[in-house]
Amino acid sequence: MENKAAYSHRDPMLKKRDDFEDILEERRNSSDLRYALRCYTPVLYKNLIPCDASALKTMVLQSDQVHYVISQVSKETGRTAEDLQEEASGIVEEMAHRLQLSTVRFFAFALSKVFKTLFKSICVNEDGIQRLQQAIHEHPVVLLPSHRSYMDFLLMSLILYTYDLALPVIAAGMDFMGMKVVGEMLRMSGAFFLRRSFGGDKLYWAVFSEYVKTILKNGLAPVEFFLEGTRSRTSKSLTPKLGLLNIAMDPFLKGEVFDISLVPVSISYERILEETLYAREMLGVPKPKESTSGLFKARKILSEDYGSIHVYFGQPVSVRSLAEGRVNRCQFSLTPRHIPKRASEDVQTFVNEAAYSLVRAQEENMVLKPWVLLASILLQSEDLDRGIPLAELTEQALWLKDLCRQYGGFLHWPDQMTPSEVVSSSLTLHHGLVRVSEGKVHLALNKEAQAGPVTPEEQVLSRAVPVISCASYRNQALHVFVRPALLATAVHTAATNNKQEVYNTFSFLRNLFANEFILCPNATVQDFEEACFLLEKTGVVQLNEQEIIVTHRGHRTMGFLSRMLLPFIQGYQVVCAFLCEEASDVLTEKEFVPAVRTFLIKKLLAGTLRYPEVLSSDLQKNALAALLRLGAVRKVKRAEQTSLKVNKVTVNSLEDTLGGKLPTPRAAAARL
Amino acid sequence: MHVFRYYSTLVSSYIYPCVCVCVCVCVCVCFFFFHRQDIMKWNGWGYSDSRFLYNKKGQAEFTGKRLLKTTFIPILNSTAVQVPTINEAFVEEIKTTGIPFSSDAEDRVFRGHGHCLHEIFALREGKIGRVPDMVVWPSCHNDVVKIVELACKNNVCLIPFGGGTSVSSALECPPEETRSIVSLDTSQMNRILWIDEKNLTAHVEAGIVGQDLERSLNESGYCTGHEPDSMEFSSLGGWVATRASGMKKNIYGNIEDLVIHIKMVTPRGVIEKSCQGPRMSTGPDIHHFILGSEGTLGVVTEVTMKIRPLPEYQKYGSVVFPNFEQGVACLREVAKRRCAPASIRLMDNEQFKFGHALKPQVSSIFTSFLDGLKTFYITKVIQRLRPQPLVCGHPVVRGDREKVLQHEKQVYDIAAKFGGLAAGEDNGQRGYMLTFVIAYLRDLGMDYYLIGESFETSVPWDRVLDVCRNVKARIIRECKDKGVQFPPLSTCRVTQTYDSGACVYFYFAFNYRGLSDPVHVYEQVEHAAREEILANGGSLSHHHGVGKLRKGWMRETVSDVGMGMLKSVKEYVDPSNIFGNRNLL
Repeated sequence: MENKAAYSHRDPMLKKRDDFEDILEERRNSSDLRYALRCYTPVLYKNLIPCDASALKTMVLQSDQVHYVISQVSKETGRTAEDLQEEASGIVEEMAHRLQLSTVRFFAFALSKVFKTLFKSICVNEDGIQRLQQAIHEHPVVLLPSHRSYMDFLLMSLILYTYDLALPVIAAGMDFMGMKVVGEMLRMSGAFFLRRSFGGDKLYWAVFSEYVKTILKNGLAPVEFFLEGTRSRTSKSLTPKLGLLNIAMDPFLKGEVFDISLVPVSISYERILEETLYAREMLGVPKPKESTSGLFKARKILSEDYGSIHVYFGQPVSVRSLAEGRVNRCQFSLTPRHIPKRASEDVQTFVNEAAYSLVRAQEENMVLKPWVLLASILLQSEDLDRGIPLAELTEQALWLKDLCRQYGGFLHWPDQMTPSEVVSSSLTLHHGLVRVSEGKVHLALNKEAQAGPVTPEEQVLSRAVPVISCASYRNQALHVFVRPALLATAVHTAATNNKQEVYNTFSFLRNLFANEFILCPNATVQDFEEACFLLEKTGVVQLNEQEIIVTHRGHRTMGFLSRMLLPFIQGYQVVCAFLCEEASDVLTEKEFVPAVRTFLIKKLLAGTLRYPEVLSSDLQKNALAALLRLGAVRKVKRAEQTSLKVNKVTVNSLEDTLGGKLPTPRAAAARL
Repeated sequence: MHVFRYYSTLVSSYIYPCVCVCVCVCVCVCFFFFHRQDIMKWNGWGYSDSRFLYNKKGQAEFTGKRLLKTTFIPILNSTAVQVPTINEAFVEEIKTTGIPFSSDAEDRVFRGHGHCLHEIFALREGKIGRVPDMVVWPSCHNDVVKIVELACKNNVCLIPFGGGTSVSSALECPPEETRSIVSLDTSQMNRILWIDEKNLTAHVEAGIVGQDLERSLNESGYCTGHEPDSMEFSSLGGWVATRASGMKKNIYGNIEDLVIHIKMVTPRGVIEKSCQGPRMSTGPDIHHFILGSEGTLGVVTEVTMKIRPLPEYQKYGSVVFPNFEQGVACLREVAKRRCAPASIRLMDNEQFKFGHALKPQVSSIFTSFLDGLKTFYITKVIQRLRPQPLVCGHPVVRGDREKVLQHEKQVYDIAAKFGGLAAGEDNGQRGYMLTFVIAYLRDLGMDYYLIGESFETSVPWDRVLDVCRNVKARIIRECKDKGVQFPPLSTCRVTQTYDSGACVYFYFAFNYRGLSDPVHVYEQVEHAAREEILANGGSLSHHHGVGKLRKGWMRETVSDVGMGMLKSVKEYVDPSNIFGNRNLL
């Protein structure tokens, strides 16, 4: 409840944000070679204990933790300590970075060339850079960029190099290592590689956590990793993964460093390089394996215009102040610190909530382009094929611009241009997704039309590609609207003005969509109050003790907001319907997505479903995760496979509740 | 009645230059020990005419009645002291016993405080809170028995007072106490009752002050070897009541290792063991209810403690390390091999400089000492130069000559492995000298807007570096957050080594110009520093005790059950809370 006061009456309009500077501008005016070869003398951590990459490996292998785990595993499995020691050094070799300035210089040179052709500008907030520089000097730093593209970490290193900041070491997925030369190049530019899953491999965990901790404790370099764990294909922030954050906080919690600074970095792309790739992946075309040759094939993208990138280095967050009053650090003083121990409940909750607040910090500073608003409006149009008249689109965009700003969105709307210029330049940049014909704007639904015989099913899928791409742009703005939108939906669904009942519905929806949007756990009341505050401030609703009343002029906003969530609601509904109607007893987890897809295509063809967006496998997986979390579906392990056991009664009632046919269940702890 | 005391021989056995300075001041002073405030400051540390001050030329001077003409003794304004709450019946009955007592304002104020910063600061500002209503001076065990009986009979609150050197607010009178508070000053119980050379024990009255005890034993060729930093003023009873630790504990042990037998008068009667066996298996050791009881259960009246023959030879030494980490590693190794000299301490770089600033020269010890002081205060505290990575450890070795030299070599060999360079005896001595002047320095500081304090903890070896780093950093951060305008002095030293850990001391001072309530800021910072110590696996206290200053952390320190056990002991021994100083629990 402590954060409550901080949230409830902070006007998002008043949020202070820094100005940007374009780093490509200088690259266009001066020699890339000189830039790549210039003197590089970054500010380092004040208590730095210098050590090179090979000394680091030795430190890790000789650490108490690794020794302890080796002896444990040796006892458990009967393998000899030497054998395990060898395995450990194998793991370190496979994992370790080999940061070399020369490689970074090469990348700086090559990437400058590439970025200049791809992007109009790469804008960085210089104040953030200065804050970061100070943070690096004071404490070990963890960089937490958002993850939307493969480019993210190269871009980060390039920016840090440009501003003469200490180069980070980056946790990268093992899949990159498959790309022979490139993998090694990345390693030399500071990447270290992690296996995606190592289950219960204690030794791997010990070596890897010790590796990260040693870098942090000695302040060798800022450690960079992606809280979301993987690239978000949908441009929505993903539920944070806690493993690395846990490791990164450990040295502070155990008193091995005075503090650690966590720096959320928001990287926003005006146009995502992988946009169609992602959409196809969502629709079941498997993602191509990372390979060097694939990268070269991708070079045709060089001829396209990808607009600008905004990189915002957020306010460094001190782990110490986050943990103040939340974690009792004495709990670590009764066992030797090198013995791995399961985190206690308060630490787990703390890390989880910290992770959410960091992802929210990333979201807050994501720059939104006008196109994001246009995409949101286009997706809400009555008929996707017919589109919206250009003038109407412009008018709606202007209206939404104000709403977005009032809700605290970090919108970059070029105010010096006329609205129609802004709209038309956005449409031009995204010409692959949107067409203007006869004064009407509509999605490019027929672009994918292929030669040869096309089944109706294939047609449905190909029509969904631009919709899903477009949705990913709308998703960029979701964090701005999600709380008010949940409230608007709750008001609609509850069909009453009673505040308590609206709250119950809000709480139900929020709980259901916890895998879909970034909604901090245990913050239902804060979120509700924040939503009420925003809607009341913009004159959409009037609030009193018992009631929430939608004002006359508020209907437009309410309508827009609830339509924004409709595809999600319909998606979850239809997943429920599938589970009730079609799911056999032997449905396995693997078969789930393809089976749902077939079911949905049938429905879309029959015209009973409105939103092609529901075909997104991301949405289906999130729905399944939510149902699992709510206990409506259970996993049953059978031999090699995991099958899904559906509680049809619960799923059915969920479906009906979503459809507004059933009242929402009473919220457990409604403290209003 | 009046006890005369001769101070000429006072500290002649010391070889520390600084302590010599103190001796100069007090040469041939005769006075009534009864009224200690005549020679001791009532509002600061030490003897009343010994203090540092800056003269008009900007040099620091150490004043003393007989040394310099400038004398400045602040006079207590008696009207500022509350009217005493007298329990008439108790007074009448005390009169019949013939035990001396007083309700004089000065007597009462002097016994109403210890030496915490906030206590001294308030006194300097002339703010006097609740003080004892009366002082009694028992002169033997039986006097104490009578006083405690009368106190129980008349429901009077008793607060035992030994040397008055508490730094845990233990002597502060609880403001909520409505009964008459009587301070039981043990200073007249200061005799060595017997020395047993066969068993090497001495039976001593608990009011004896550390330096007197050592001096008297030295005359017979013995010592206890118990030398806490406060030994100039602190008393044997106080050591027992707080679980004191001496700097030479590596050879002689801490107070709990030194005591053989304790006699304590409680409201239930006298508690003592029936024999003087060196160790007993008779259930939980009842001495451990007394050690560290902080005056909540009764008054310690007589103690039998171990004595040792005086060492033939003692030698100081010092080692300089490239950094603090190496120094700690060396100490850890010394402790591991159990070859620690009588005392071994490791200062961080800032403190090494502090000690250096106090370096005397042969030509004129006094001037250079003061010059050093001046340099320190001006350059290090006020302006804070960037420190160099130098650290000093300084062992004292005691024993017979050959063994000492052998031992010394062993320690230096270990030090060499950790990059330590021998830095001579002088540096070693200076390290110890700092210990004794530090309290005087605080008073000088306060005249120049500097307030500071030291506090201690004990911590396992693997956390020593972490505690030192984090606590120092926390102090600096808290000062900044609380609006302190100049970077504070935040320094530490490792002062004791044990098999499994060490005792760490922190010194901290800041310039309080521009702060409206410096003491409050100070307390907040100290509180935060203690939180940090605990969060990093340090203990609540190594030897200062809990008092009232730290009792908020007792429950988490000893667990609920532990608290319950202590409480039930208190309830049995002192059901009507006669010993009502409210320390510890």
